[in-house]
This record gives sequence, structure tokens and C-alpha cells, in this order.
Amino acid sequence: MSESANHPMAELQFREALRDAMTEEMVRDENVFLMGEEVAEYDGAYKVSQGMLDQFGPKRVIDTPIAENGFSGLGIGAAMMGLRPVVEFMTWNFTFVAFDQIVSNAAKIRYMSGGQLKVPIVFRGGNGAAGQLAATHNNSTEAFYTNVPGLKVIAPSNPDDAKGLLKSAIRDDDPVLFMESELMFGLKGEVSDEEDYTLPIGKARIAREGDDVTLVAHSKSYWLAMEAAEELAKQGYEATVIDPRTLRPFDTGAVVDSVKQTNRLVIVDECSPYGGIASEVAFRIQSQCFDYLDAPVARVTAKDTPAPYAKNLIEAWMPTVDEVIAAAKGALYVE
Amino acid sequence: MAIAVEMPKMSDTMEEGVLVAWLADEGDAVAAGDVIAQVETDKATMDLEVYDDGVLLKKIVADGASVPIGGLIAVLGKEGEDVTDILAQYGGGGDGAAVSEDAGQKAEDSEQPAVPSGDGATESIPEGYGHEGQQPEPIPTPAGDGGTAPAAGDGGRIKASPLARRMAQEGGLDIATLRGSGPEGRIIKRDVAAALEGNAPVAAPAPALAPDRAPRPAPAPAPPMEEGTYEAVPITQMRKTIARRLAESKFTAPHFYLTREIDMARAVEVRTQLNATAEAQGLGKVSFNDLVTKACAVALRRHPGVNASYLEAEGEIRRHHVVNVAVAVAVDEGLLTPVIRDADRKGLAQIAEETKALAGKARDKTIQPADWEGSTFTTSNLGMFGIEAFTAIINPPNACILAIGTIRDVPVVEDGAVVPGKRMKVTLSCDHRVVDGATGAQFLDDVVRVLEEPMNLLL
Repeated sequence: MSESANHPMAELQFREALRDAMTEEMVRDENVFLMGEEVAEYDGAYKVSQGMLDQFGPKRVIDTPIAENGFSGLGIGAAMMGLRPVVEFMTWNFTFVAFDQIVSNAAKIRYMSGGQLKVPIVFRGGNGAAGQLAATHNNSTEAFYTNVPGLKVIAPSNPDDAKGLLKSAIRDDDPVLFMESELMFGLKGEVSDEEDYTLPIGKARIAREGDDVTLVAHSKSYWLAMEAAEELAKQGYEATVIDPRTLRPFDTGAVVDSVKQTNRLVIVDECSPYGGIASEVAFRIQSQCFDYLDAPVARVTAKDTPAPYAKNLIEAWMPTVDEVIAAAKGALYVE
Repeated sequence: MAIAVEMPKMSDTMEEGVLVAWLADEGDAVAAGDVIAQVETDKATMDLEVYDDGVLLKKIVADGASVPIGGLIAVLGKEGEDVTDILAQYGGGGDGAAVSEDAGQKAEDSEQPAVPSGDGATESIPEGYGHEGQQPEPIPTPAGDGGTAPAAGDGGRIKASPLARRMAQEGGLDIATLRGSGPEGRIIKRDVAAALEGNAPVAAPAPALAPDRAPRPAPAPAPPMEEGTYEAVPITQMRKTIARRLAESKFTAPHFYLTREIDMARAVEVRTQLNATAEAQGLGKVSFNDLVTKACAVALRRHPGVNASYLEAEGEIRRHHVVNVAVAVAVDEGLLTPVIRDADRKGLAQIAEETKALAGKARDKTIQPADWEGSTFTTSNLGMFGIEAFTAIINPPNACILAIGTIRDVPVVEDGAVVPGKRMKVTLSCDHRVVDGATGAQFLDDVVRVLEEPMNLLL
């Protein structure tokens, strides 16, 4: 993690890094508070907020009823009045009942009020396909929300980025959607010990450098890309792996710079292919460095159906390392 | 939006056209239907009309330049309009065509490149995309020097990655000369890189390089001649076409020849009578050639095996239901074969009139493709030059051609006595792939019988 490479590290779980980020911001700014289903008494469905009720009390760590539309609207109202709420969704699958609040209000009030009102809120929670949860609970929702002007969307791949970016998100004056992969809460990684550690929103991380092909992958998909890159290296092909970290705004320049070196791009993304993140990235690259492409931009995504329930089917439905390797070799014209 | 004026396909056999003369200048306002240039095809010089109103913004080719079908000739548009987009779009429009069969043929002929670029015939055109035109399916030509060969593309378009195009352009490399190693022959980075390093991309031999397309031995170099002792006459489109088609005919169709002598005494009599009548009615004269044309037409109707074409590619012999007799006409640049359609169903006067009109059009170069396409048989007459007998090369895809000699006054033996007679020798060249000896002989016998008893023509 290049930004923090010069700093001492602590090994933390993804959930601990998130907790540290929220805790530090609540200590720093008394306007920051957390609310959501089971965030207080139960210590959080995924134990992200463990111990926070004890530390900050029930006025700043607030349990809500199962009513996403209601508590999302409450958070937006509080943000408009000057507070800085962090609203936890148990999973982003449940935000569909709060969709109108997020899309019609949070995203647009600053614009529609001519800047008189702002909505400094963070919506966060588990996202993405996560094994046998069946079709309705297995959505990668990034593409739905990156489609909405006015929203910022962040999806980190590791504890360090999670901490630095969540702190920046809480301090941001615009609504930020913070998406955490449901399968990554237990993921351990080194996290900067730097005091008041933040990362800029909208800056990608170059995780690995190679001259042959560029792989772009965020959140859980990033680990697929890294695994594919290692396997490709064994076969003699060096991949650059870029973790965009922030999906909106998107660090197009980082990918353009890399594609100018490698001339080939594969995007890995758990969203459905149609209108997904990969589609947007592919468009940007062909429009900004068309003359540097030696092969069509390839993408590896979830399959274009609702998520299946059966174990073997859900595994086939999600992007796989083999698919990433095959796409990279296709772009390299070696298969 | 500026409008491209492309080289149209003016005849079935046309592959490229020579811009003989510009009739409009840059800056001229033109309207749809206006003729802006004259184009020499393989058969005739024709008017090049524009289909849109506008200003002639740019002439792309100079007088005398040869342009493949679909190649960019000029750009129309509004006064002052930017034409760079069109130029970029056609940049190397010639490149695309350079891999057409036509150009491949020329490369083999080693006469001149499909797009004369070094002789000032074309102005500088940005290198880039081949034009997606109506060019025939490209066939990679063998690389005689072990160097590069054109990449296959669809419809003449060259498949190349954007990066490969840019690298080729920056490296001053004509992308059309490369062979692609990507999917469907796409030219990619490694191909251009190899070419720039001087190592031609090593690609598997293209499947199109069947043995019959194997490199031919290089033509013998022009014999050394002292400068100033000869006049160099450029090979015209028509001459090239004649050369190619007749060589193809002679080399691929196994010719054999049947000669007969025809007693023309009755034909001479009948013709004299006919012309006296025609003159009285103010009609044109009937020539001996017209009599032969009609006789052949009548005989062809009875011999479908001769009124046929051997089409190897289609895997069939075509027996035509129409009898269209072409008549070879000599013009300054070569010869043309205008067609008398349904000659078996037309009267002598009509045949005479049509032949005369077509020959006139051939000579003043106003002849149209429709006038020469679709023949099923051809006659060639050198009798007017005193030629007694000769053999002609079959006009493909006909199966036969009849060579007609002069009518001579000769002594003939009749009932044991030598008497004056009028005789004409004809030689039928037959394509043995479709017409056998007996078939040709029987047909010729019918022709002879009709001419020796010309009243048959009136039936």
C-alpha cells in the first residue's frame, strides 16, 4: 500500500479498520454519529461497530427499526441541518427500499438548492455477491449508484484503504456511498499507524506493475486480479494491477497511463455486465487512448442473470481467476 | 459535411479507372448530374457525374492517375469546408484497394503499383484506413522477396489494432504491406514492431496461396534499348484488359480450330438484291458480316451446345437461352465486342442497323457497358483487309468464335469443268472443354448451309 509504505503498520481486520476510522472521526468531530440496524446493542451485524455504543453512548450510536427508507431520510435531514451521519446498511441489497432517499434527496439537494444546502452523509455497509444468499441478496450495487450524478462511490479492497478512505468520506461535504464486500470483513491487512491517516477520494492505487497487460479491479475482484497476475507471471506475462478504490470519481488517468504502456486492458467487476462499472471504464479508455490499444478492451463480470442459489452455480456465476487469465491472454493474443 | 466522390464501377469488368481529364476546377460550384471529369475504363472513356450539389473543394487525383473502384477522386462540400475528415477516412483508400485481386494481379505483372504514388499521380493522402468499398475479396499476394505481404481484410478493409496503425504511421510503414498475426489476420503491435525492426512478421502461408497462385517467374526485363530509339507508349486500360483477358482465354481454354470454305455466290447475289431494295426504301446497306452474324445466330439456336459457357468456378456449363452475337470491332486503342442481342430473332435490316450504330459508338468512345456485356458467341471479320483465313482467340466466357476471311474469286471445278466461283473461308475456334470436334463441325456445317442458301435467312 504505497501511500502508507513509509509508516509503521498494524495488522487489522477490515472490520476493525472501519471501526477505527469511525471511532477516530467521532472523537475528532462531535457532529459525527452512527445509526443503523443493530449497530448499537448487538455491536453490528458484522461486528463493525463493536464496542462503539459503550464508548459514545446511545445518542451517537443509534439502533434503528428495519426501515431503510425512514432512517436514510432521517440521516439526510440531519446532514442538511449540520450533523455528519454515518448510516450503516446491513447490506447494500437493502438500500433498494431507501433508493428514493439516496437518489432523489441525498444526491440532488445540494444541486437543487443552488448550494444553500449540503448533505455530508456516509452510507456504508456490506456489498456484492457473497455466496449462497439467493438472487435478491446477491447484488453488486456499484453500477446503480455510480449512475447518479451527485453521489460519490467508494469500494476499497483492503483494511488500509478502508480506513484512510472512510475517514475522508466522513469529512467530505457530499454524500458518499461506502461499499464493503461482505466476504472481506475478516480480511486482515497492515494499516497505517500514522496519526489522522486519510486517503484522497478519486485516486487509484497501482498494486503491481508489469508491461504486458493492465488489469483493473476494485473491492473483492481486486484479489482475483492479483491471483490472476501471479499466475500470468508464471507463464511469462507481467500484468499491472490497478485498484481504482474510488468508482466515482474514477481515476481515469491512472488507467490511461498504464494502458499507454501495456496497450491492453482487462476490467474485472462483480456487477452485471450490462451498463456495469467495466462498461464505463472501457468507454473511457477507448475514448482517451484509442490509439494505444492493441486489442479490444476485455471485461470479466458476473454473468448476465439473477444470481443463482446453488453453490456450484453461484461459483460459476461470479467472475473467476481462470476467466481473468483467459481474458488477459486473449488481449495478449496468446490464446 | 463534405461529400466524397468515388471512382464508380462503370462496367462489369472494370477494376480501376484512369482519370483522363478534369472538366471542373477546385472552387467550382457543381450540381447533381454535372460532369466533372472523364474517366477511361477498360472499354471506353466515360463521363464522371456528381450526385450532389456543392463546391468542388479538392481534386484528389491528377490527370492520368489510375484509381481503383471506390477510391477517392474528389471532395465536394460547402465553400471553405474542412476536408481533413474525409481525407482521413479515405487515407490510403488506395491502400485498401492495394490488396484487391486487381492489384495483386498487377503486382504479379510488375507493371506498376495499383496506386501510383511516386509519379505525382496522387496527392499526398494521410496513411490510414482502407476504404470499405466494393473491391473484390482481397487475395494476399505472394511476397516475391520473402518480405511482407498484404494483410487479409474483410471487403478490402485492413484489420489492424489502433496501436498498430499509429505505430505504422509513425514508422512510415504502409500498413497494407503487413501481414497480421492477430485474430482474422488483424495486424497488431508485434507485427508492426517486427516490420520496423526489419524482420517481416512470420505468418503461416495464407490458405489462399494455393499452388495455382504460386509466384510466377518474374517477367523478363525489358530488353536494353538505346534511349531515343523508340517511343514509349503507356499501356492503356483497354490494352491491359485485352492482354489479360485474351491471355487468360488462350492459356486456360484449350482451343481447336475448324475451317470451312463457303460458296458465297448465292449470298453475293442475295445481298445485291437486298441492298437494291433497301436503297429504294431509304434503308442502310446490309454487309456480308451482317449475313454471317445472322447465319451464326440461326445456327446457334439449333446448337445449344455451342451457344454455351464453361464456368469452372460455378461447376457448370451454361447453355444460354438467348443468342447474343458479339461482333469484334477494331478501334484505335484495341478492339471492342459490341453485342447484337437476340440476333436469331432479328431481321437482317435490324442487325445491319444495330451493328453500324454500335461500331460507330465504339469508334467515338460513347459505347456503354450494356452494349458489350452478355455475349454468347463472337464473330471476327478481317475480310475487308484481304485476309484469306485466320484463327481468332475465344472471347470468354463464349465457347466459340468465328474468324471470317475475305470473299475471293477462285476457279472451282463444277461438273468436271473449271468455272469462276466465290469462296469465303471461315475458321471456328472452339473451347474443347465444352465443345467437342463433332459438335463444332455440325454447327459450322449449319452456318455454311445457311450462307450457301441465303433464302434460309429469310425464314
